[in-house]
Formats: sequence, structure tokens, C-alpha cells
Amino acid sequence: MSGPADFPLPIEPERYEFRAAPVHHFDLRRRDFFKFLGAGMLVVSIWKEAPAAQEGVLTGPPFAGPPLPKEISAWLHIGEQGVATVYTGKVEIGQNIRTSLSQAVAEELHYPLDQIRLVMGDTLLTPYDMGTFGSRTTPTMNLQLRRVSAAARGILLQMAAARWNADAAHLSATAGRITDPATRRSISYAELVEGQQITQTIPAEDPLLSASQWTVEGQPIPKVDGRDFVTGKHRYPSDQSLPGMLHGKILRPPSFGATLISAEDLPADMASHVTFVRDGDFVGVAAESEQLASQAIASIHAAWKEQPQPSSAELFAYLKNNPVELKGFEGASRYEIGAVDRDMASADHRLTQTYTVSYIAHAPLEPRAALAQWTGDSLTVWTGTQRPFAVRTELAQAFHIPDGNVRVLMPDMGSGYGGKHTGECAVEAARLARAAGRPVKLVWTREEEFTWAYFRPAGLIEVSAGVRTGGAIAAWSFANYNSGGAGIRTSYDIPSQRIVFQPTRYPLRQGSYRALAATANHFARESFMDELAHAAKMDPLAFRLQNLKDARLRAVFQAAADKFGWGATPAPGHGFGIGGGFEKGGNVASCAEVAVDAATGAVRVVRVTTAFECGAVVNPDGLRNQIEGAILMGLGGALFEAIHFENGRILNPRFSQYRVSRFSDVPAIETVILDRRDLPSAGAGETPLVGLAPAIGNAIFQTTGIRLRSLPMVPSGIPKT
Amino acid sequence: MANITRLRVNGTLHAVSADPETSLLAILRDFLGLTGTKYGCGEGQCGACTVLLNGRPRRSCLTPLGSVASQEVITIEGLERHGRLHPVQEAFLTEGALQCGYCTSGMILAGVALLQSNANPSEQEIAQAMEGNICRCGTYPRIMAAIQHAARQTKESRR
Ligand code: FES
Ligand code: FES
Repeated sequence: MSGPADFPLPIEPERYEFRAAPVHHFDLRRRDFFKFLGAGMLVVSIWKEAPAAQEGVLTGPPFAGPPLPKEISAWLHIGEQGVATVYTGKVEIGQNIRTSLSQAVAEELHYPLDQIRLVMGDTLLTPYDMGTFGSRTTPTMNLQLRRVSAAARGILLQMAAARWNADAAHLSATAGRITDPATRRSISYAELVEGQQITQTIPAEDPLLSASQWTVEGQPIPKVDGRDFVTGKHRYPSDQSLPGMLHGKILRPPSFGATLISAEDLPADMASHVTFVRDGDFVGVAAESEQLASQAIASIHAAWKEQPQPSSAELFAYLKNNPVELKGFEGASRYEIGAVDRDMASADHRLTQTYTVSYIAHAPLEPRAALAQWTGDSLTVWTGTQRPFAVRTELAQAFHIPDGNVRVLMPDMGSGYGGKHTGECAVEAARLARAAGRPVKLVWTREEEFTWAYFRPAGLIEVSAGVRTGGAIAAWSFANYNSGGAGIRTSYDIPSQRIVFQPTRYPLRQGSYRALAATANHFARESFMDELAHAAKMDPLAFRLQNLKDARLRAVFQAAADKFGWGATPAPGHGFGIGGGFEKGGNVASCAEVAVDAATGAVRVVRVTTAFECGAVVNPDGLRNQIEGAILMGLGGALFEAIHFENGRILNPRFSQYRVSRFSDVPAIETVILDRRDLPSAGAGETPLVGLAPAIGNAIFQTTGIRLRSLPMVPSGIPKT
Repeated sequence: MANITRLRVNGTLHAVSADPETSLLAILRDFLGLTGTKYGCGEGQCGACTVLLNGRPRRSCLTPLGSVASQEVITIEGLERHGRLHPVQEAFLTEGALQCGYCTSGMILAGVALLQSNANPSEQEIAQAMEGNICRCGTYPRIMAAIQHAARQTKESRR
């Protein structure tokens, strides 16, 4: 922890994202690499500089013998067949990093994109990685791969120079070939590495092409293996299969917190061909078909002891009244500058409001799925997760075996949005497979995914501010209960601030969700800014800019407003709103136009303009795709998504009862991308979400005069006043 | 309980020995190994399991095997002709109309069916026809663009 008053890192991972300790079990030796990679050249990138010094770096001789350093982030192998294979623990979940990372390699290695393969998220083959979340892939892994690739190119140039007795500085590397312009000699990378077993490790600071010289990065490269997806050939986690595989099914408790009293064995006619497992509160079956497994589960008579549980009707009072004191990363955080009470008291206008945010579900279209196979005491699991290494540890602990006995593979999955950080389904499948003595696949039903996964935390946020005549904000107080600390700090220049995140007891299992609490905190902050602007009788954009020095954030506000036509008068029944902020290295501003049906109160978002700046843009089309997707996902949470629960039961665990954005909700979307090639690239899958809900709420206020302070805002139209 | 049901999938005749109540989705995925058709909800609400049944879009999760005996099923695996993608598949690539791609096969088949009944659909008509297909990644605008793109391509190639 650092910063004033105990505030965590500048780019703040959420407290529940840090649970698993990074355990390294990495003891592959150099010769093992070439056994499974084949001859060629291997370049290894390491996080820390210290081990690099010991192992010998670019200029030293290739090291031999000892195990590779543990701080490896990625490695790159160039084989005799001319394929460059990159190994990274990051995973592809629809954010298209398989493409953007390939671009990074192509750029720096000077290699054709179609000769680059990425092996991702396989705990046997790829280096340890904490997980794919927090928009960290682009700022970290992209950079690492660029460095590895640049180093590899340097080594290849040296090798060619040695072979030709030439000066490497006079050779050029293009599209996988090294050429000597003086003699017109040329040789491919593949030929250079033929029959070799070269290993190099590189430290973290090698020369990189600056973004202004990019030719492959910065381009709208289409999804690298897109054809497999439009032909149905790609195999997602739920599509995996093995010979002799059985299908699993789990008996779920009737409510959260229920414990098993008794469960009868299967009826005799089933027992002969269905595997039945009862282990503590775990009851499950494995059978030849999913249908048979479901029938078997339905035939089990079980008795449960239920515990009273909170319900959504009392949710916000529950959060407010149940603060908990936790230590360290999961605990409360508090940031305080100036003299809040004094400046609040002396301000000309004071305002206090409370905002709330419901529990919502990630609802990835592919539910959790796992295929587990035991060989003796070793376990292999194919599963959909954003954290394959954490799931490996979860499995190792569940079965009391070393991490090294577990291999987790993560085929590119049907997304996660922060909702697949855990390995429940993998553990369940593995438990059944062990009992059955055969591979078992388990695919959660939609209802299970809606019930037994985890949710985006609900929250209660209290905000107060004091404003001076003329529009300067003098004092700011902001307290978030339960939903989280991401994006809680304000970018506005306010001399006195008190910002608190207070953890509380919470009624549902909760965890990460795309953009984390930044969505809740921006909703409260940017709605409240709008309220203050109206109280000060100022234009909401002008009020923001008056209180904002940060040039990058000002630039996106201005860009969104210009493109949107801020300041024009909306059509009757229509309203305009704006909202934005800074999060995870990116600056975003959204303008929304809504139309409210006077008779029914139905709200339609007609138009959204989002301006986004995340440093140097790696793939503009991929970025646009992410921004549009964030807008459409954010729209659901803003307008109608909410999980309802009562006494330990989810009341709406189906798509027929839980409304997500659909085609008819799609507004006209304009994106403005501010490409700052002078700045490092930041991740972009999350932040574009955060300005939308307040922009919509502010637009609704503009046309109706009704201020909506709870997400979702209009689950069933504008409330009748 | 096991009956033999005959059906034609992507032009190949299959005789499937299974309970006629088994969903067509499970038959395709688990019996025939055609995993391009996806499970998303099992209640007809998401469209991930869409196939073409005699040319019409159909939710395979709600379709019992017994009800499709002797009929013609086309899945995402059956759209390619002689190594050439269907114009709608091609357009999804051109427009980058996918992120995770899990909704994609259902979207493509729904789009193919729509273009058969309406060669030139407006955005509104697409939205109406495909309201039952969820893309949780939110690539709807690109899907609409892809279907319109395919419509233009098809018209041009007919000229
Ligand atoms: S799985 Fe059939 S409609 Fe969702
Ligand atoms: S691309 Fe992920 S659900 Fe549509």
C-alpha cells in the first residue's frame, strides 16, 4: 500500500482479485524445452532484472544447464519449420488478445503474422501468470512480447552476421528473412536456427520500436483465427471431449448456505450404470449422456438443512448496517486531503445524496465448463477460466496433490467479463472423474451459472459536496459500502476530499466484474456532478471542465461533446447527458441521448458517443469492438439488469427473467479514439463502460426532471411519481 | 427407450439410436460430434443453439429428436461449400462481427435464414428477426453490418 492515507496502487486491482498467491512450480530444464519444442531458438523474457544478470543476457553466451529463472513472463520459440511460437499464461476470452499479441510479435520480430502461433493459458507449457483481468494484458504482456521479439530479432541478426562474417548493423531483417544489402545474400530465420538449441534470456529493457514506427501494431488486423469461429470448428471448453468420457451433473442445494442432512443412493436400475458420488455436501453423478445424468440427479431424494438468508428487498440497509473490519488489501481504504468539514460548512451550496447499485450477473454466453481426466495421481483439466494457474492451485488443494501434478488447459472460451476467475466447475468435474475412473465433462446449466457463480457486488454510495458560487467544488465526501474501491478517487480538482471504501458483510457470493466498482463509483460521482451542476445552474460539461485540470481527461470530454453535438437542444421527449472519468490507464467520456415515452415511461437510448484514450492504440478495430461491446454491456446494467434474491434463492436465474441487452436496444454508436502514440498502451476492455450509466441517467434527468439514483435505473420504465 | 431416428444433417443421412425426447442440440453435439451448435440457455431465449430445419431457423435446445425424423438439418459446419465460406460467414469476418464468438454460429444461421426470406433487410428488420439471439459481448452493431454486407454481396453476385 502506498500513497496518502493508505490508498492502494494507482492502477487498482480489486481486492477480490488478489486472493491466490503466485506459486511457482516451474522446473523445466533447458533440454526439456527442446524436447517438446523441437530444435530452434528460444528466447525467454523475465520480469526481474536480478536473475537476468546471473543467467547471462543478450550479449553473453547462451546459458546451459540450470533450470530457467522463475520470474519468466513469456517465451518465444522459432522452430526449423519457420513457425514462431509464443507461450504466455494470458488467455483469450473474446478480447482478441490472441490477435493483438500476435501483432506485437510480428512487429518486433519482423515476421509474417500467419507464421506466429500463441500457446495460451496451459499451465504445463506456459509460464506462470496471475490471470487475465484488470486490463493488464496490453500494458504488460504486450510489452513483454515486444521485448522478447525484439531481442530474438537481434540474436538472429547476430547469427547471420557471424555466418557471413559481416557487421550485424548493416544487415536488415524483414518478413522473416535477414538480408545483406551489400552482397544481396539472404537467409530465413528458419534456416538460421536449423539444428540449433539456442537459449537466451532477456532483461526488461531492450530497445523497442517506438509506436510512431509501428507497421503491424496500430493496424486493424482481423481476429487471427477468425475462420475457425465462423465455421464452428473452434472448440470451446464446453466442446472438449475424450474417448470414454462421461457427462457429469451436480445436485444443488435448495438455497445458499444449506447443508446436506441425507441423500439416498440411486435407485438400483440406475446404480448399475451411473457413477454416484456423495462426499460431504457434494452430491453428483456421471453417466453416458447428459440426459441420463440429469435423470439420475432428479431421482435422488435428499434432505437439506437451510439457513435463513438476507433478501434483495433489504439489501441496501443490510450493507449499510453490516460494516466489517478487515486487514490489508481486502480492508477499508481511506483517502483524505484538506479540511473537508470546514470547507463543506463554508461552501455556498451543499448537497448530499445516496446512490445504490444492484447485484448483477456476468452471464457469459458459455457457462462454466470443464473436462477432467485422471492418470494415476495426475490430473488434467480443460476448463474456461481467466486464471488457469489459480484453478490449478484450487484443484491441487482440493485433491491434496502437488500443483505439479495438475495441468489446466484453457481453450479460448465463450467469455467471462471477470466472472470466471474461479474453478468450481473444474473441481466438480475432477471429483466425478476420480470416482468414475473415466474422463468426465461437466457443463453448468444457465440456471447454475446464474446461481452458483458469483456476482458483481451490490453497493451503497453516499456523496456530499460543497460548491462555491461560481462553480468551484470546495469539499467532497464519498463513501462506498461493499461495491469496491476501483475508480473511487475523483479526477476533479477539489482541495478537500474524504473518500472511503467500507467493506461490509454481503449476502451473495461476489467478485470481479468487467470494470469492477469503477462502474458504481462513476455512476455515483458523475450523476452527482450533474446534480451539482444543476444546483449551481451551470451547463454540466462546463461545470466539469471548470473543476478539472487533467489534460487527458479534458480532451476526451471535449472530443465526446464535439462529436455528439453537446449544447444543441434535444428533440421533445429526448434528453442529453454526459459522464466520464479515468480508470486503469484510460480516459473515457460518454454522451448519451435518450428518448422517454411520455405515456409508458419506457426509456430508449437513442445515441451514444464515447471518446476514449488509452495511450498508443495497438489495434484500432479491436479497440472499437471493445468500446461498442462495453457500451452494450453497460447499457444492460444501467437500465435493467438486476439479480433478485430471497432467503438464499435467486429468483430470476434465466434469460427469460434476467434481461440483457438485445438487438432492439442497440443505439446509434459513435466512437472517437484518441490515439496517443507518445504514451504507453493501456488496456481497453473495461474502462469504456464507466461513463455510460451516468450519461444515461443525466440524460433522463434532463428530459424528465426525474433523478434516478439506483442501478438499474429503469427495470420497468420511469417510475411514476 | 432407444429408438432409431433417421435425419439428414448437412447433407449426410444419420441413423441415431437415442431416446426420441433427447434434444436435437444434444444429438448434434454429443452423438454426432457437431459442437459448432452451442448451448446457452436451454429455454429458447438466447439463440446460441440455432440450426436450420428445412431451411427455417430452429432452436435445437427445444427440439426433440423425435420431432425431426427424416428432416433436413443444417448446422454451422454445413454452410461452407467446396471450401468456400457462405457469404454471411465471410461477412462476419470482414466486419469483425465477433469477440468471443460463442454466439456466432447461432447468429450466422439466423442471418442466413433471414436473408432467405428478406434479401435486403433494414437494421430494424434485422433487430426484429434476431431479437432472440443474445450476444453478451455486445457485437450487435457489427452483426447487423455483417448481415447487410452479405445481402449486398449476394445481390452483386446474382447480377
Ligand atoms: S440454448 Fe437454445 S435458445 Fe439458448
Ligand atoms: S461474441 Fe461473445 S457472445 Fe457474441
